[in-house]
Amino acid sequence: MVAHITSTKNLSVTLRVWRQAAADQPGRFVEYAAKDLNPNMSFLEMLDVVNDALEGKGEDPIAFAHDCREGICGTCSLVINGKPHGPHKGIASCQTYMRSFADGDVIVVEPYRAKPFPVIKDLISDRSAFDAIQQAGGFITVRSGSACDANAIPVPKDEADLAMDAAQCIGCGACVAACKNASAMLFVGAKVGHLGLLPQGQAERDSRVLAMVSKMDELGFGNCTNQYECSAACPKLISHDFIARMNRDYIAASFRQAFKPKSNASGGGA
Amino acid sequence: MNLFANLFTSSIGRKFLMALTGLILTGFAFGHLAGNLQIFGEPDRINGYAHFLQSLGPVLWLVRLALLAAAGIHIWAAVVLTLESKCARGPKDYGVHRWLEAAWASRYMRLSGLVVLAFIVYHILHFTVGLAGNEYYKGTLDAVVLSEDVREFGFPLATKGTEVHDVYSMIFIGFSHPLVAGFYILATGLLAVHLLHGMESLFQTLGLRNANWSCCLRKAVAGLCVLYFLGNLAIPGAIVTGLLKPAPGTHAAVICDAKCAAKAAAR
Amino acid sequence: MAILDSKIPSGPLADKWRKHKIDIKLVNPANKRKYHVVVVGAGLAGASAAASLADLGYQVTCIVFHDSPRRAHSIAAQGGINAAKNYQNDGDSVYRLFYDTIKGGDYRAREANVHRLAEVSVNIIDQCAALGVPFAREYGGLLANRSFGGAQVSRTFYARGQTGQQLLLGAYSSLSRCVGQGTVKLVTQNEMSDLVVVDGQAKGVITRDLVTGNLHRFAADAVILATGGYGNVFNLSTYARGSNVTASWRAYKRGACFANPCFTQIHPTCIPVSGDYQSKLTLMSESLRNDGRIWVPKNKADVKKAPADIAESDRDYFLERIYPSFGNLAPRDVASRAAKRMCDEGRGVGETGLGVYLDFADAIQRYGKQAAARANLHEASPAKILELGEAAVAERYGNLFDIYKEITDESAYKQPMRIYPAVHYTMGGLWVDYNLMSNVPGLFVLGEANFSDHGANRLGASALMQGLADGFFVIPYTIGDYLASQKPGSRPSADRAEFAAAEANVDGLVKKLMAIKGKEPVAHYHKRLGKIMWDQCGMARTKEGLTKGIAEIQALKKEFWSNVNVPGSAENLNQALEKALRVADFIELGELMCRDALTREESCGGHFREEYQHADGECLRDDVNFAHVAAWEFQGEDKVPLRNIEPLNYETVKMSVRSYK
Ligand SMILES: Cc1cc2nc3c(=O)[nH]c(=O)nc-3n(C[C@H](O)[C@H](O)[C@H](O)COP(=O)(O)OP(=O)(O)OC[C@H]3O[C@@H](n4cnc5c(N)ncnc54)[C@H](O)[C@@H]3O)c2cc1C
Ligand code: HEM
Ligand code: HEM
Ligand code: SF4
Ligand code: F3S
Ligand code: FES
Repeated sequence: MVAHITSTKNLSVTLRVWRQAAADQPGRFVEYAAKDLNPNMSFLEMLDVVNDALEGKGEDPIAFAHDCREGICGTCSLVINGKPHGPHKGIASCQTYMRSFADGDVIVVEPYRAKPFPVIKDLISDRSAFDAIQQAGGFITVRSGSACDANAIPVPKDEADLAMDAAQCIGCGACVAACKNASAMLFVGAKVGHLGLLPQGQAERDSRVLAMVSKMDELGFGNCTNQYECSAACPKLISHDFIARMNRDYIAASFRQAFKPKSNASGGGA
Repeated sequence: MNLFANLFTSSIGRKFLMALTGLILTGFAFGHLAGNLQIFGEPDRINGYAHFLQSLGPVLWLVRLALLAAAGIHIWAAVVLTLESKCARGPKDYGVHRWLEAAWASRYMRLSGLVVLAFIVYHILHFTVGLAGNEYYKGTLDAVVLSEDVREFGFPLATKGTEVHDVYSMIFIGFSHPLVAGFYILATGLLAVHLLHGMESLFQTLGLRNANWSCCLRKAVAGLCVLYFLGNLAIPGAIVTGLLKPAPGTHAAVICDAKCAAKAAAR
Repeated sequence: MAILDSKIPSGPLADKWRKHKIDIKLVNPANKRKYHVVVVGAGLAGASAAASLADLGYQVTCIVFHDSPRRAHSIAAQGGINAAKNYQNDGDSVYRLFYDTIKGGDYRAREANVHRLAEVSVNIIDQCAALGVPFAREYGGLLANRSFGGAQVSRTFYARGQTGQQLLLGAYSSLSRCVGQGTVKLVTQNEMSDLVVVDGQAKGVITRDLVTGNLHRFAADAVILATGGYGNVFNLSTYARGSNVTASWRAYKRGACFANPCFTQIHPTCIPVSGDYQSKLTLMSESLRNDGRIWVPKNKADVKKAPADIAESDRDYFLERIYPSFGNLAPRDVASRAAKRMCDEGRGVGETGLGVYLDFADAIQRYGKQAAARANLHEASPAKILELGEAAVAERYGNLFDIYKEITDESAYKQPMRIYPAVHYTMGGLWVDYNLMSNVPGLFVLGEANFSDHGANRLGASALMQGLADGFFVIPYTIGDYLASQKPGSRPSADRAEFAAAEANVDGLVKKLMAIKGKEPVAHYHKRLGKIMWDQCGMARTKEGLTKGIAEIQALKKEFWSNVNVPGSAENLNQALEKALRVADFIELGELMCRDALTREESCGGHFREEYQHADGECLRDDVNFAHVAAWEFQGEDKVPLRNIEPLNYETVKMSVRSYK
């Protein structure tokens, strides 16, 4: 998983960073020299060092999104040399270390580019569209305190493991950023797959996939042409098999919904 | 109806239609190739076969309509989905472009599709309707009489003595022109490329693919595409290079011989 | 002087919660929708609370500084969540979980709260499984468990090394459902910058929109803070960079007492620091101690040798040696201090000498042999066993090993990990009563932000439990008790003077920071603060050190306010300003922590005063003078805060010397 370059000596690189003051402002690439870096620094720590220098001079630091810095919160979202999250497979930007670059490299850093993810500032884009998709159906309805004993519903280990594979998605949006069509299929497929694989998720299985896909389309994400760039860029290596599964679920749900009998019960009672 | 809306307005629904229509078109393409390969047999074979198809009447039209609809939906979906996807990138594109894993063929689907479309239009004008500068269109060539019953797997297609179009000669004469043959080869090559991604991709779209057998699928698809291309290459290729000579006595042989004589005389 | 009424229900310990639920007031369903509750934070505690309250019918607004609720720091928890399910049939029970937690907290937690926590722990697992949390399963499809520090039973539920992530996503999915249904209004990228107190009760918050810089007012009938822990006061910690104390600190300045601020947890298994550019320390889950063995060389001379070159007989498996019955699973504070002692003795490993080995060689052999036996390979070669063993270890801890490899460029399959303790959790927090309400009526505090359940040391896998217990199963009952005392519709308007004043306060702070235009970036001060805190108020504390620390921090504060440089504008997204506002609060908190540590003249749990130790270096508690909660009350800027106490009465458990030997 580690790229071929493994520096151990200090290195200097040139950054070409997208700077954009606000959503409605034009942006451009600006060059910065980052000198004498320890190869054990993370990419974000390198940006910290550059920013501290800028701040000390009273210049606006490069805005970039980050939080956990251990590859789990999904906040960091840099496109480094044309690949979301940088050179490594299965690794988020924040876990990318400077030892993966060579002395003298020119590194281009850009924000995600997708219409549903508008740039807010510099390298930060707004990914609340993912929340909207989740709100449309990415859940199992359970009121607090209404659940049966956890062991009352056994879940075959294989299914649970597969569900976990999908559930690992950190909602970073790299799949959208990497997809030439800016499609959100991997993100949505992962959630649909996770909940659809578990017995607990069956009651809402059809309505969930229909609602989430409809929201995804409404928000303006592009259409999948099965290019698998998404899973290649995904820091959690979520498999595009979950897209196939969602395709099937969606079509099956559409047919089931069209032909299943509907109750005309209304609420009320004594 | 919801089902209708889901299929025609949602991203996955339209992809589903695309895969279904793609599957139908692929089925036709392979069937058509099998039929065309009969050119390597006696002239009566392909002529009888073509006659049989023509004799189907309303059924032929039904099939044609179905194919047309499939192609129409396929192209419509391709256009709509592509336009939406272009829009989804947003106002600004990346400064650095990089491909990570996308299959090579998948990157040129729109291009290969378009060339195939152009080809199909030309091809129908060429062989089915007889425009496109084909002075030896089957309709203008004298009809030929089958010298024998034509059967395929024991199934009778046409009986001895029937008058039929000379499709055999039409193909021969058509492909004797290097430009025409070249375009056919190019187009069918691109079609093979289209199918190289398309046939695999449709399993993903229909939700039938997963990592456990994707490797076999990929190999099988690649194999089919190579075979498909070789088959399509063989017909114009063999004719234009002269490896396959028209059967003596056919219109094609007559015209060819005349051409050769003219060429020799010019020298 | 604040009134600290813990409102612990009377009656036998095991009946208190049941009885309390019957005794407290209810809000009728038609009235619930007339109450508006603001929940700040959407970690495990906040998200579960917001969803539960919305489902009950309250109007809820949930405010987070993150761009999505799914990014709350709970996402990073790795190891697992405890629950007294006794699915393993190994003798677990509510009482045992309660007892372990009290003992683990070194007898500085409230019995009644902890017992309630243990009681509802079982419901949490049910709730989460129903929400679709993909917990690890056994082949029969039932839930799997593992063991964690400080316990002799296996009661920890987990989802690979991403338990916090999966639990948070479960709570987030509930929250999302409510947002989708319109029962929760979600406000993201807004940082709570002040608490609004009207007539002595918490009635709203002021937030600063991090994207536009605008200040917003939110009026409420009750305010819930679930804003997490404050370990970033140390700068280097396992916390996410954004975790901060601001919400709690502003509440403190509005009258809420801050309890036991000095109780911080240092986690033994973190990846050691590599350089001064470092921004964050990465935890290697405690679950690794299930299978990893911790050691240092016996002889100082060996510390620079490659670990493979150190003979078995020259290795000191110090936890197994000192604590034979708990071994590598000794609680965190105990294990951390032992590691520190080894390094202080000069036996630490790695470039800096600040590290001990966590070795998986034995586990690989053991699992390899088991796997070979299962596969009927009776004559398996050593290479085959190694291969099978590494695969088995990878299945359990693969992602942690990958992280370790990424950060250190070393493979923990081939050589032992190097680990060192790091700041990881804060047991202290805003003081709350049994209802989780602070001493400011109407202000509730949940999750890591409150002080309530872990005493002086938290056991592994208990924070997730507490966050969800508070949000799913406690606050839905207890908030009703308060709201029932408020007339429906009596919520003050956000136009009132109190709101305007609070907003002006925030605005003033922002303007002041922007105007300094000094020479140093914010990070400079954060680093210096962190160093002071680690040196003086870290794993070992002394009177002199703490006194010096207070003076240093006071000086740092002055310098910060005269020489920090916050570039850019306050009218749009400005990360330097965000950091500056947070660091300003951390500086003040740091001083309070030192003060708290200085006045607590005993050692207990994570609080280790060198003056107070047993001959063997273990904590020397002073139950006569310090069996209480210290709850600090703000007295005004630059004034010494007031130390209130809430005595801890142990009715059920006998306080004893905590021993893991
Ligand atoms: C690396 C790591 C591993 C851990 N592993 C475990 C484990 O295995 N088991 C275990 O039990 N515990 C573990 N813990 C501890 C546990 O994760 C936390 O204690 C717990 O998740 C805290 O949850 P919370 O809901 O209280 O707060 P958080 O999850 O921190 O959430 C805080 C919320 O408040 C919001 N917020 C904060 N301040 C403001 C403000 N001013 N304005 C607006 N919003 C604000 C944030 O946006 C966020 O939504 C671990 C901790 C760490 C650091
Ligand atoms: C070497 C290659 C090919 C040869 C020799 C060939 C030959 C023919 C001939 C002779 C006809 C006319 C049949 C008749 O009307 O009697 C025909 C029709 C047609 N061909 Fe091809 N073809 C070739 C490749 C293709 C390809 C690659 C496609 C596209 C996928 C294609 C699509 C069609 C279509 C759509 C028709 C019209 C069918 C109809 O009449 O409804 N052909 N072809
Ligand atoms: C006429 C012009 C055509 C155009 C513009 C076109 C375009 C496209 C496009 C854009 C795709 C989508 C790529 C993807 O989703 O991966 C596609 C898929 C496909 N096409 Fe075509 N195509 C055309 C003709 C054909 C023909 C003639 C065939 C078969 C003979 C065919 C078979 C397929 C198949 C099987 C797929 C895969 C569907 C899927 O991914 O689910 N196409 N086409
Ligand atoms: S699927 Fe992968 S790339 Fe997409 S949001 Fe989830 S983790 Fe990120
Ligand atoms: S890269 Fe895009 S095209 Fe589909 S398979 Fe992934 S969403
Ligand atoms: S900062 Fe959290 S995933 Fe990178």
